Amino acid sequence: MSLDYSVGDPIADTKAPAGPVEERWDKRRFGAKLVNPANRRKHTVIVVGTGLAGGSAGATLAEQGYHVIQFCFQDSPRRAHSIAAQGGINAAKNYRNDGDSIYRLFYDTVKGGDFRSRESNVYRLAQISVEIIDQCVAQGVPFAREYGGLLDTRSFGGVQVSRTFYARGQTGQQLLLGAYQALSRQIDAGNIEMHPRTEMLDLIVIDGKARGIVARDLVTGEISSYVADAVVLATGGYGNTFFLSTNAKGSNATAIWRAHKRGAHFANPCYTQIHPTCIPRSGDHQSKLTLMSESLRNDGRVWVPKQAGDTRPPDQIPEDERDYYLERIYPSFGNLVPRDIASRAAKNVCDEGRGVGPGGLGVYLDFADAIERMGRDKVEEKYGNLFEMYERITNEDPYQVPMRIYPAIHYTMGGLWVDYDLQSTIPGLFVIGEANFSDHGANRLGASALMQGLADGYFVLPATINDYLARGPFEAIGTDHDVVARTETEVHDRVEKLLSINGDRTVDSFHRELGELVWDNCGMARTEASLRKALARIPELREEFWTRVKVTGGEHELNQQLEKAGRVADFIELAELMCLDALHREESCGGHFREESQTPDGEAMRDDENFSYVAAWEFTGVGEPPVLHKEALEFEYVHPTQRSYA
Amino acid sequence: MNLKLRIWRQSGADAKGGMVTYQVTDVSPDMSFLEMLDVLNEDLIGRGEEPVAFDSDCREGICGMCGLVINGVPHGPESATTTCQLYMRHFSDGDVVDIEPWRAKAFPVVKDLVVDRSSFDRIIQAGGYITAPTGAAPEAHSTPVPKPDADLAFDAATCIGCGACVAACPNASAMLFTAAKVTHLGLMPQGQPERESRALGMVQQMDEEGFGGCTNIGECASVCPKGIPLSLISRLNSDLLGSLSAASK
Repeated sequence: MSLDYSVGDPIADTKAPAGPVEERWDKRRFGAKLVNPANRRKHTVIVVGTGLAGGSAGATLAEQGYHVIQFCFQDSPRRAHSIAAQGGINAAKNYRNDGDSIYRLFYDTVKGGDFRSRESNVYRLAQISVEIIDQCVAQGVPFAREYGGLLDTRSFGGVQVSRTFYARGQTGQQLLLGAYQALSRQIDAGNIEMHPRTEMLDLIVIDGKARGIVARDLVTGEISSYVADAVVLATGGYGNTFFLSTNAKGSNATAIWRAHKRGAHFANPCYTQIHPTCIPRSGDHQSKLTLMSESLRNDGRVWVPKQAGDTRPPDQIPEDERDYYLERIYPSFGNLVPRDIASRAAKNVCDEGRGVGPGGLGVYLDFADAIERMGRDKVEEKYGNLFEMYERITNEDPYQVPMRIYPAIHYTMGGLWVDYDLQSTIPGLFVIGEANFSDHGANRLGASALMQGLADGYFVLPATINDYLARGPFEAIGTDHDVVARTETEVHDRVEKLLSINGDRTVDSFHRELGELVWDNCGMARTEASLRKALARIPELREEFWTRVKVTGGEHELNQQLEKAGRVADFIELAELMCLDALHREESCGGHFREESQTPDGEAMRDDENFSYVAAWEFTGVGEPPVLHKEALEFEYVHPTQRSYA
Repeated sequence: MNLKLRIWRQSGADAKGGMVTYQVTDVSPDMSFLEMLDVLNEDLIGRGEEPVAFDSDCREGICGMCGLVINGVPHGPESATTTCQLYMRHFSDGDVVDIEPWRAKAFPVVKDLVVDRSSFDRIIQAGGYITAPTGAAPEAHSTPVPKPDADLAFDAATCIGCGACVAACPNASAMLFTAAKVTHLGLMPQGQPERESRALGMVQQMDEEGFGGCTNIGECASVCPKGIPLSLISRLNSDLLGSLSAASK
């Protein structure tokens, strides 16, 4: 099989210190150079994005004394999409005395990621998880508590301990507001220059180092350059490549994609997470999909009729004609299997014709037993806001009829490649949160995104960026520097080009077509044929986009069509790399399921001999074959086995 | 269903705006209100007209970015619902629907239905936080918080900062927004040291931004998509009195 890419040098060094895994982070922190407190204000750091990772990083860097310039495309830093995370945040506190430990969180995460993440990074994440909860409580985050006043926890998929801290179904909101408030304090103190409604459109790279960004003021349309000693991207994932996803409408990959085009390697783009419990789509007008928190699987039971084509309403299907398929296939984890497994199982029963609801694309998530066991009040206390949201959208009352759910794109494990310091392949460009690829391997466990975002922003980056900044000096750069001017001109030209095409197709029509193409061919199940089909169509779509797109309005005004057009152009390019990565990885692992590689019972079958590596792609030009750099993964502690949740 | 929309169009902050009428056809009852506007915009672009600018992001009722005055009511006719979570099944064929931006001096119109709410950010910057620099935190279980306090703090903290309370208030007051944050932090033991200075700082900023005073009308609470109760304003007043009397000592 020939594929359009070449193989370059392997990545030899991730900068993780050697030695016992539990000592590596301490070692790295001690080894990192420091910047004298009095000198910190002389360093400017740009932070793009204000979600959990960006918000916590901006606040912490400013507290340390750095001068921070921060950006978000929303009207306020408080709107970043971390706010929509529902279920919770993991931490190895072992407050339940149920056998949890840092090592177990480390083990669960490496296994949950299907042995495609770095042990050093994951161990550090588990260590830091404990400090995150302390930090958030100190900020006043109103976590759920028990009557004795101590913190409550619950269970999440893929684990057998209760380590998920939560604030009803709005944990992301409360954690984000904590970070936003810390950020606000620093803005008020003059340590952060905050630019809301401003979108990064390019990265400025001078002498091989990231030295700034070019950004567009979304209200005035003015394009400006900002220079700094280091740039931090905290801009989230690329789930909206699929058009329909649980991401916010504005969530986009432009910042990471432009950085990729300037030299940052993109790792594992084919690792996308499909969340099993989303509200099924209702029609062609659908603009996004809404998640129902995984925490619902603690008490809800997933089932479909045993008989294909059974169209009776759920209350008329007797107990012995229901198939609680997760409990049947995976008796020890039951409804709490990891997301990739729950999603594929739902797809399988729907493919068998046993799906429920319009189009047969849904399965039941039933709370009847939970209501009987705990009482309606207790169910309401735990999940009330989720039930209300479900009813508002579907007009069905989940206290009376089982919820209908179906998988949807939710999170992307892939992202810009970073080393142990969270630095990309461009020196001075750091990438944190969902935007990087680092900790979740091929599948992220529930309640681990919030943990990683805050670990990166509050604790990891602030410790490692010092080392980079201390190795200055950084030559002073004016906005009249020729590279700055050139980058700015390129951004200008692109904006003008988008506005000048004046074709016959809307931006959304392209985005919908792209989304459908990648969902059908690079979604829950992938084959060589489906991926080749997508790879044949994407370049045509790109060509059509640049000749037929119609962008109304002008440059020097609030122009939402123009914003979207730039993002969709980038999604199209990224989709091509995603499909190529999926085609090259001829194994199944986690969220990446190649039909050609499965066990006899239909589970994902890894090929450790040939694919136990991170695929880091180097950009060589639009439509040009990229270069693959492999970072070999080594497992000294958690030895790869076929994952079993049975 | 078919609807007649009358939408506020304003090309920029300083431009003169006005209501413009549009027809939308084949609206599905399962569409959200914003999806209905998406369909209108696709249609407008197809005809070479400027689409209607409006803010939205998460479209699941939590980011606080969307917000339209629909038939005179912020976020429309359903209670405890954001605009993005309002579904067209609550409208009927032939309805005339008026769509306007938030109207308040402290929320100037940017374009069409988009307003500038940065004044809310500045209220938070004036004290809506607990000073807890990263790394200085004690062990989380060292300070138990009574469950009723934690629950009430959570209820107040669910405010999404959408601004509907201001848009609904005849005085365009931001008291409910400010009270929600003051209540949340004031109920937590960690929030006690800055409790009084917080209330004073935030209320002063609120006044500076041009929000009106509170005259206990209660429109704010009735449109709040998160059901923040009016009673929180008395908590704010009590903290404010505390800080004023402390200042006069």
